[in-house]
Order: sequence, then C-alpha cells, then structure tokens
Amino acid sequence: MKLTIERAALLRALGHVQSVVERRNTIPILSNVMLKAEKGKLSLAATDMDIEIVERVPAQVSRDGATTAPAHTLYDIVRKLREGAQIELDAGSDRGSMTLRSGRSTFTLQCLPPEDYPHLAGGELPHTFQLTASELKQLIDRTRFAISTEETRYYLNGIYFHATRSNEMPVLRAVATDGHRLARVEMMCPEGAAGMPGVIVPRKTVGELRKLIDENEGEIGLALSETKIRFAFGEATLTSKLIDGTFPDYDRVIPTGNDKILEVDCKTFAEAVDRVATISTEKSRAVKLSLDKNTLVLSATSPENGTATEELEVRYNAAPMEIGFNSRYLLDIAEQIEGEGVQFAMSDAASPTVVRDTADPSALYVLMPMRV
Amino acid sequence: MALVRLCRDCGAEPPEVARRCAQCGSTRLVAHPELGALAIAHIDCDAFYASIEKRDDPTLADKPVIVGGGKRGVVAACCYVARLSGVRSAMPMFKALRLCPDAVVIPPDMAKYKAAGREVRRLMEETTPLVQPLSIDEAFLDLTGTDILHKGPPARTLGLLARRIEREVGVTVSIGLSYNKFLAKIASDLDKPRGFAVIGRAEAESFLAPRPVGLLWGVGAALQRRLAADGITTIGQLRAYREQELVGRYGSIGRRLYRFARGEDDRRVDPDAPTKSISSETTFAQDTGDGALIEAELRPLCAKVAQRLVAAGLAGTTVTLKLKTADFRIRTRAHRLDRPTQRAEVLLETALLLLARELDGTRFRLVGIGADGLVPGREADPPGLFDQQLGLGSASISSSRALIVKSL
Repeated sequence: MKLTIERAALLRALGHVQSVVERRNTIPILSNVMLKAEKGKLSLAATDMDIEIVERVPAQVSRDGATTAPAHTLYDIVRKLREGAQIELDAGSDRGSMTLRSGRSTFTLQCLPPEDYPHLAGGELPHTFQLTASELKQLIDRTRFAISTEETRYYLNGIYFHATRSNEMPVLRAVATDGHRLARVEMMCPEGAAGMPGVIVPRKTVGELRKLIDENEGEIGLALSETKIRFAFGEATLTSKLIDGTFPDYDRVIPTGNDKILEVDCKTFAEAVDRVATISTEKSRAVKLSLDKNTLVLSATSPENGTATEELEVRYNAAPMEIGFNSRYLLDIAEQIEGEGVQFAMSDAASPTVVRDTADPSALYVLMPMRV
Repeated sequence: MALVRLCRDCGAEPPEVARRCAQCGSTRLVAHPELGALAIAHIDCDAFYASIEKRDDPTLADKPVIVGGGKRGVVAACCYVARLSGVRSAMPMFKALRLCPDAVVIPPDMAKYKAAGREVRRLMEETTPLVQPLSIDEAFLDLTGTDILHKGPPARTLGLLARRIEREVGVTVSIGLSYNKFLAKIASDLDKPRGFAVIGRAEAESFLAPRPVGLLWGVGAALQRRLAADGITTIGQLRAYREQELVGRYGSIGRRLYRFARGEDDRRVDPDAPTKSISSETTFAQDTGDGALIEAELRPLCAKVAQRLVAAGLAGTTVTLKLKTADFRIRTRAHRLDRPTQRAEVLLETALLLLARELDGTRFRLVGIGADGLVPGREADPPGLFDQQLGLGSASISSSRALIVKSL
C-alpha cells in the first residue's frame, strides 16, 4: 500500500474512527486502525467489537493494499504535523511496518496483518429508513441525558428507539430513563420504519453517533435488525451491536390524570432553580417547590450551609402543594426545552410529574419527586 | 526544660533519679523533659481479645492463647506468650499452629469483646471528652487543658487511667504520649505491652530520621515500593525533598509525607470523626472459585452490612467487593451507585456484578462486602418510576454473569 493524502482529510477521518478504539485492549489488534487503499480512496476502519466505524477519504493511491496501524499513535502523529502538510503512507511488502513521511519527518509504525482485523459482521439489516441529521440530533439530545449509567440495569444503558402510534398517527419514538426520570421524544414515522423492532442503542454508540452528526448535514441512512444497527453518513458508516434486553413498559409509568398544572417561564425557572440549589450540599441537590395560587416558592436547605428561597410568579390554580425534585434533573430538562414556557402536571408529592414544553408536544419528560 | 519524673502506678512525682518510687515502691517510672507539656495520647489495648480470654479464665494466664476462627481462619489476636513463638495477628491459623503447636485456640466471642471495649471507652471518656475511637480497642485522646480537673499533667492522668482500665476491665493497655496524633500512635507501639512511651518535640525529628517510611501513617506496601524505587527508604531521606516535589511525585499524600517527616501533624483528635465505611467479610471453610458458593457466603454479609447501615442511619454510595485468593492476594473491586442505598438486595446485586468479572478460575479463601462514600440514611433508595415493574432481589451469580455478556 502506498498513498499520499492531505493532513486535514486524514486527521478528520482518523478523529472519527480512533475514538472507538479503547485505550487499553487485551486483544492487540483492537488498538489498531485498519487502513485500506484502493481506487483512489483510503478507507479507515476501527472497532471495539461492539461498534465499528468505517470512513473513506480521497487519496492519491499509487499502490493498492492494506495494513493495520496503532490508532492513537497514528492520530497523535498526524495531529502534530503542520497544517497543510502532505502525508505519504507506505506499507512495504513485509507489511510488518508502515512508514509515514511528511516534509522532513519520517515515522515507522509497527503493524499487524489486515487479514486478522475483526469485522463486525453486518448480517441482514432488513429495516431501512432515512432521517435528517437534525431529526436524529433532536431524538438523541432530548433523551440521552436520562440514560442510566447503572450497569446492573443494562437494558437502561441506552436509548430505546421504536415505532408506534400516537394519537392515531404512526410515530418513531426515542425513550431513555434511569428509573428516576424519563425522556420521550417522537416524530412522524419515516417511511420504512413502521415495521422495525424496538431496539436499544448503547450509550457509547450514542456518543460516537453524536460526534458524526455534528460534522454531517443532510440525510442519514439507518438500517437495522434485532441485533445490529447501521448509520450511513456520506463517506462514514457506523455499525453497532444493540443491547440485548427488554426495555421496560415505560408507558405505564407516564401518568395521564395529573391535574395540578403549573406553567412557568422556562428560563426564569431554570435560573432560579440553579441559584437556590447552590445552598444544597447533598449529592442529590434537592429543591422544594411550594405552590400556591399563581406563586411558586423554590427553597433548599442544608444543615451545613443554611437556606435559600426564591419566589416566582407562575400560572397555578390548583390546591396548594409542596413537592421536591433533584435540581440537576430539573435543569437537564429545562436545557432541552426550546420554547418559552414549561408545564408541570403534578398529582402529589410522591407521584411522578409530567413535564412538557408548552409550545412543543413532541417531547415529554417524567420526573420522580424526592422526599424533602 | 527540667526533667519530669512520674510513677505510672501511683502518680507520684519523684523529685530525683531513682529506681523505685518512694511512695509505692513501683519500678515503673517514666522520665522525659517534656513530660509535663505533652497532651495527645494514643491508647492501644494489649492483645485485646486474648487478654479478655485470659481475664475470664485464669488457668490460661501463662499459656499461649490464640483467638481466631477454626483451623482455616486467621489469627484475630494472640497473647504475648504466643508471640514469643513468632505468632502474629492476621497470620493464617495453620501457620500460627505450626509455629506454636501447643497454643490454646479460642473462637472469637465478639459480643464479649465489644462489651469490654465499651467499658474501656467509658473510662477514657470520663478522663477527657476528646476521645476519638479508631477501633474496638484503640483510641486517640486529647488531654489538653485537663490539668486542673485531674490535678496533674496529662502524663499522670494517663498513668492513672491505664491503672484504672487494668483494675476495672481487666486488660492492660499501652500508651503513647506526644504532641500530635501521628507521633502518639507511633509511641504507643514502642513499649508494648503495658507500655508508656513518650516522643517529645525535641527528639521527634532525630527519632524519625533512621526509621523506615512504612512507619508513617498512609504509607502502605505499594507506596513503600514506589518510594524505595526512588531511593527513599527512611523517613530522614524524605526531608531532602521540598513539599512540591513530594506532592508532584506522589500526589496529595506527598503533603503529609513532607509534614510527617518533620514530626508535624495538625489533625485534631475528633470525637465525632465520621464512619467512613461499613463492611463485613468471611473466610470460607474451603477455598473455592465457584460463583454460586461465593454468592451463598455473600448474601448474609450483604444483609449484615445493610442492617448496620440502617442502624447507623447511613447509606452507601459505593459498593466494594473484597476477595482474597488462595495464595493470599487481595483483590478489591468497587462500583459507584447512581443513588445511595441501605438495601441488602442492591448491595448483593452490585457485588455479584463485580464478582462475576473475577471468576476466572482463581480460587478464593475470603469474600467481603463494604459500603463506602457514606451519606445520611434519609438519602437512601429514593423511590423510582419502575419500582413495581423491576423487582429487586432476583439477582444471582448466573444472571450477573449473563449481564456482563449483555451490557455493551
């Protein structure tokens, strides 16, 4: 294999694939990136056996071929080369090493044979549909904060995507929960998605996916089976295993009869919560909401620090009540609300509360109150 | 400063050098120039469990006594007669019995030791309110400002306290007296058993200089190896380095190393020092690598830790699994919970997840479970959305092993 490539193009592609490579690997070849030159393109691939990213970039290929080189080292070298530099990659006939030349710099990297590089066998991915980058971004951003990190609840360690019906309309839904809060976002079901099985996309995949979305506009092609999912962005493709578990029946925990309705300006509310929570020393950062006719008093107490209260003008016409929440959770939700107003539908201090953007029915959040 | 002398048995202050106390005839005299000025003490009961057994059965008085669990356990405590044969606490029982075949082995009676420990603590607390217990049988005491109350300097008060513990509880103690906690703790070990050792300000640095760094609080085997690799084996060698150098090389412990090497320690004797972790462990009847057998041992341990968390009004945010391999290597594995817990099922579920990763054919002799990162109990186990749907208590080692395969 022999080729010449512009630094910026190589750096960008390496940046995408190398982040999949784990820092510590028991299988040596998993520390490497697979490099393959053919037909005027360099294809780069990396995997951790659960996720695989493949990206193709144009290059001046003078000899087709393939090798695998240490991903993080190669990335660091390319990163440190001068902007605008041309880079020559040359894996000779012995293939045990690859030479990288740029200007007056020469590096020789230890390589492993490309035949040994594992591939995440795609298998049949029968369900295919298209989403725009901004649609997928919305589905991810408004749910990912609620993904559980608790490994004993492995089936909550990802975003659950499934097709269902909402108000008689077919929708595609993304749901994430850590058991104490839940985020549900839906959109019109894209063509081809209606028959898809419900799938749980793991947290790490969501993170890698999110980086790729940021650098790609336009359409993303999705293809999935019950065990794998693939996202195709122009020249980059991300394939991932799915979490082998059953997502809980989340519909049952979304209350429908909550009749104590609070409406408040989202920005004012978030700023006040943030201020009041400063006093709280507990890990849970509890904030108490005391509601009376058209007034909301936010308060926090800490045995060590003292107390904080702040009064807000709100819309509230139900019976007076007090309810406590984790302030972090309130702020996470507020951050995802783009409209001006946020609506809380409550029942009592011990039952789940439903939070919505007053201007946007596509997203819904459920919060479990805290004892305060 | 004038030399101060003290008789540890009657509290008399002999005016001049003498072999015996003029008042009571005791030979247990201490003399130290700073004796009147030092007020921080570390009191450590001598071979506590074994001493209690000897107290309760006078026929054991001159026999080697080992307290510990069965042939496979370890030595929990051994009397000074047994120590003559080389027996040490924490030594595996088989090894102890090889060294001292005629030892009388007594299974531990924790309830009895706890009762005696409480008695000792009560006598300490009658002496000064500033008692910081470290375990059932040792504590730091700060006697600053008690001179008027006890009509004498702290050294004399301590001598009398030691005698009172002997008479009322029936066990002996060793006392270390100095001007800070770290030196007091070192001192209590110098003259065991029934000792009284003093480290004053004047000699602290020269006393410490030739001693191994392992003597310092917080310097365990791992740090000792790192220090040795850098050519530091004695405390005196530490003094060649600036504070920033030590912090740069060894992290925050570096600050402590710098100060300790100069005999400085500004930690207070804190009677309310919070509990840092609650744990429980057990040694198996036979070494095993079988997950199901280890799980069976873990269940009651988790229940016990949960009970103790509830009793103490605390909740754990981190679960720590401890395993000791058949060749006595210790593995500890920790998992941070999303939310604090005091429930046995959560402890077990988490412990099993950690355990499943360690089942690689290695045979283990001990398992332990601990809850760390303790927070007030009212923060424990907040109600969740799926509490009814996702029942707890169904975890088993086989489901945990499957789970590791499933989680990406």
